[in-house]
Parts: sequence; C-alpha cells; structure tokens
Amino acid sequence: MTVTKIATRESYGNALVELYKEHDNIIVLDADLAAATKTVIFKKAFPERHYDCGIAECNMMGIAAGIATTGLVPFVSSFAMFAAGRAFEQVRNSIGYPHLNVKIGATHAGISVGEDGATHQCNEDIALMRTIPGMVIINPADDIEARAAVKAAYNYNGPVYMRFGRLAIPVINNKADYKFELGKGVILREGHDATIIATGLCVGAALAAAEKMAKKNIAVGVINIHTIKPIDRKLIIEAAKKTGKIITIEEHSIIGGLGGAVTEVLTESYPVPVLRLGINDCFGHSGPAIALLHEFGLDAAGIEKKVSEYLKK
Amino acid sequence: MDNLDLKKIANELRKNVITATFYAKSGHPGGSLSAADILTYLYFEEMNVDSQRAGDENRDRFVLSKGHAAPALYSVLALKGYIPVDDLKTLRHIDSYLQGHPDMKHTPGVDMSSGSLGQGISAAVGMALSAKVQHKDFRVYAMLGDGELQEGQVWEAAMFAGSHALDNLTVIIDNNNLQIDGSVAEICSPYPIDKKLEAFNFHVININAHDFNEIRAAFKEARTIKQYPTAIVAKSVKGKGVSFMENIVGWHGKAPNEDEYKQAMTELEKNGEALV
Repeated sequence: MTVTKIATRESYGNALVELYKEHDNIIVLDADLAAATKTVIFKKAFPERHYDCGIAECNMMGIAAGIATTGLVPFVSSFAMFAAGRAFEQVRNSIGYPHLNVKIGATHAGISVGEDGATHQCNEDIALMRTIPGMVIINPADDIEARAAVKAAYNYNGPVYMRFGRLAIPVINNKADYKFELGKGVILREGHDATIIATGLCVGAALAAAEKMAKKNIAVGVINIHTIKPIDRKLIIEAAKKTGKIITIEEHSIIGGLGGAVTEVLTESYPVPVLRLGINDCFGHSGPAIALLHEFGLDAAGIEKKVSEYLKK
Repeated sequence: MDNLDLKKIANELRKNVITATFYAKSGHPGGSLSAADILTYLYFEEMNVDSQRAGDENRDRFVLSKGHAAPALYSVLALKGYIPVDDLKTLRHIDSYLQGHPDMKHTPGVDMSSGSLGQGISAAVGMALSAKVQHKDFRVYAMLGDGELQEGQVWEAAMFAGSHALDNLTVIIDNNNLQIDGSVAEICSPYPIDKKLEAFNFHVININAHDFNEIRAAFKEARTIKQYPTAIVAKSVKGKGVSFMENIVGWHGKAPNEDEYKQAMTELEKNGEALV
C-alpha cells in the first residue's frame, strides 16, 4: 500500500486557490518566501491577488491589518519564526488588539524545518500566539485537515494563526468522512491505559506508536487537537476521567504549547499526571527532518518508547 | 472654509486637548498641539468623511500613527460630531471609551488602533493598497511623528508604498523635532527627512504645519500627483498655541496641573477672541 505524503504548506497553497474560487474577497501576502510557503501556487493562479511585501514581515502584518479594515480578508504568509516571532508585536497590536479579520499562514514550523537549523526552527510560536487575546490557533495534522483549516479560518471572523510544516507527512484523515470543526478535538483511537493528546505532524506518529503498543497489550487512546485555541476542554477532561493518565505530544516547546494548554485545563478542572513530550526547553540544530524528529523522540519509535516507559512507572 | 474659520476650529481643538489631558491627569499635550492645525484641515476640508456615515466603506481614512496624540484626534472627532465634546473629559478614565491611544473598536471615527510607533503607517499602506485592488477611489492619510521615523518599520512601509505607486496615500510627518528624551536631531537624526522619503519614491512637500495656506496647497498638490505616494513634511512647534508649552520637551507626556490648565485656557480663550 502506498501512503500519500504531502506537506501541509503545500495544502495551504492549494487551499488558497480553492478558497478564492468561492470567495473573491481574499488577498494573499507573502514576504519573499512564496516559493517556500507555497503561496506561489496561488500566485500562479491569481497573480492579481498576490502581493509580495519583500523581506519585511512587520510591515506585512500591518498592511494586512489595514486591508482587513476595508473588508478584504488577507492571508499573510511567512515562516513561523518570522510571522509569530519577529512580527509578534505587530500581530498583537495591529491585528490582535483590534481583533481584525487577518489569517496568518505560518509555514516551516518546528524542528522538521531540518537543515536550516535552530534560527529557522520555530518551537515557540504556539506559546506566543496563545497569549494574544482572541487569537485562534490551528495546527493541522495532515493535508486533509490543513485544507479544511484554511476554509474554517476564512469562515471565522477574527484573527487566526495556522501552523504548517515543511516536511511531507502521511495523510491520516479519511477523506470520505472527515469533518473539521473549529475548536473540537477528534478521538482517533480509544484506549483505557492512557490517552495521547497530539497535534500537528505528531498525530500520525502518535497513532503509529499506539498501534505498536496495542500489539503489546497496551491500550493507548489518541486524540488529535487541531485547534489549540480555543482548546476542546470537554474532550480533554473526559479523556483524563477515562484513562487517568495523559501524554501530550507536539513538535513545539513543551512550555506554553499543547502541553502547556492541556495541563492548564487539567489542573483547573481534573488534575491527573501529564507527561509532556516535545522540545524539552532547548534549541534544535541542523539535520534531516526525519533524523531530527527521531533524535527528539517525536517519531513513532520515540513516542512508543517514552510512553511505554512512562506507563511502567 | 476660509483660514479664519479653520483657525477658530483649531483653537477649539487645542482647548479640548488641554481640557482632556487636564481631566485625565496624564497624556500627551505637546504632540497633540503640534498636530492640531493639520488635523483640523484634514477633517474640516480635506477628507471625505461624515459622522453620520461613520462606517461608509468609500470614506477617506485617517491613521494617527503617532497614536499618543490621541487627545488631538478625539478633539477633532468631537468637533466633527462623532463623539460628544463633554466626553473628552473622560479621556483615559477607567470607564471611558477614550483610551490613552486610539482604539478603533471603542471610539467612533477611529479608523485604526494605533500607538505602538511605526505600525500605523503600515496599516495605512494596507488601506491604500486595498483601495487600489478594489478599484475604489477613497484616499488614505497617515500622520507620523518625526521621532517615529526611527522605527525601521516606517521605512519598510515607505518602501512598499513607493514601489507600489500608492498615489492615494498621503503621509504627514509632524516635524516638531522633539521626542521623549530630547531633540530628535540629537538622539538619532532622521534628517534630511525629505531627501530620505524622496529616495523611497515619495513626492515630498515641505510646509509650515501652522500655516493654513501652506497646508491647503500641500494637500491640493498631493491630489494631483499620480504614481507616487505623497509625504508632507510639516515643520511644527511642539506645544503650539500654549506659550509655556511651546518647544519644551517636558510637555511631551505630562498633563497640566490646575494652575497650568487655567493659564493655558486663558491664553487660548484670548487667542479665540482675537480671531473673531
């Protein structure tokens, strides 16, 4: 069986083309990375609605804010490092504070950027964006979900941060029955020993790890949290009640991201032990994406190992 | 409207700035007073705006990039009928809709939230670009401080506006040459402002910010320029209109006390009477 693999940044570019065919009030901005963020796909289809702001992300965020006040819906695109990091204050003050209808497509998130190394591996964007009041954060797990996320972001009136990856990843959601609901987590697998709550490209790895563990009679459930803010509190609390143990997995710092969000929910409402897997308060370095994910324990083998050890304790 | 009428309105605006900052016990009178004449001209002569149609999508837009001059913006909005003049006394109060810096979600007539320096001009550029994309003929105006030119984002925005031929954009530099820590020239010089903006493909006009003939001529000229955004570098006096505030850096971000309030209002009342 061949597994379809596609990077979610590619899904972003494709989804923008589909979106414009239905909604001609969108406009796409990029900052000299159109070929990498894949807005080039949109640019080729609709060049008159694609603007390159040059290497000036802070200005691009402000331009998007101004455009949003006039009724068009801008999709601004750059690497997560620059969209969430460099332009943080512009996103906060020019977009977040006036709650403008700007959609941020942040690609090349996490260590799976690979060889470009630590300066380009953004493991902090979810944490940064979570602190902006009213900011919706979506971290899709595959192509199907990423394209659905772009549409959902359009249909939501307010700022949305979408996180996409550079690495081609397997499609895990079934096209036929897949439904994306903003703010709703998805139970992908039931299990009574523990629940893995994963996001983004770690969802596929978590599923694979859970399958392997099942063969060793360890029943681990898997929940996909594609919307990190607002987070599906109900589903997280239910999982804690059901399995008592929670493991969060993300290609992001364990501080302030999915792990942070889940532990905040649980300590407030139903405290259970939580193991946070992710980037453990350190910087990344250059290397092939697959090798880095392995090194940081975020591939299926690493997840299986860490979760198995944790459950033995 | 003739110059005398504009001067009367600007004088009222200045009185409102003093009153608002006095009641707020904080705020920025110096840069509000330097901007008063140009704001008066913009709202009473230049811009296609109407408080009865505040949300009209074809209206002209104004962005106060130097958002700390909010007392001047609120004052002109009050005089133009967007908000009650009496509400200016609630500036910066905990239950007021008049925030310390402009907030588009809470104050009618404010086109963009601003205050973090350098960010307003980018938003104005976005508005001007959107007008072009949508083939609409509204014009966009942004006022910046000269100290604000030290923010790199200003030049990012200028580069984009110049390279995209946004001739529906007019940027005004309120050039009072003072910022919080001292003179703009000494702290980190933006001069020559006109040459720099010209190099960024702006059509530049130098004027006296307190001379309505020059103000009128500049904005009329800006309307005739095609393919280039216009920048009006307006040489102004910080604290203009209140003798003891003029050109004093200390009045950048300090409210008048009761004695100073009375003295300032007496001066402005007298000035108003002289204009009749």
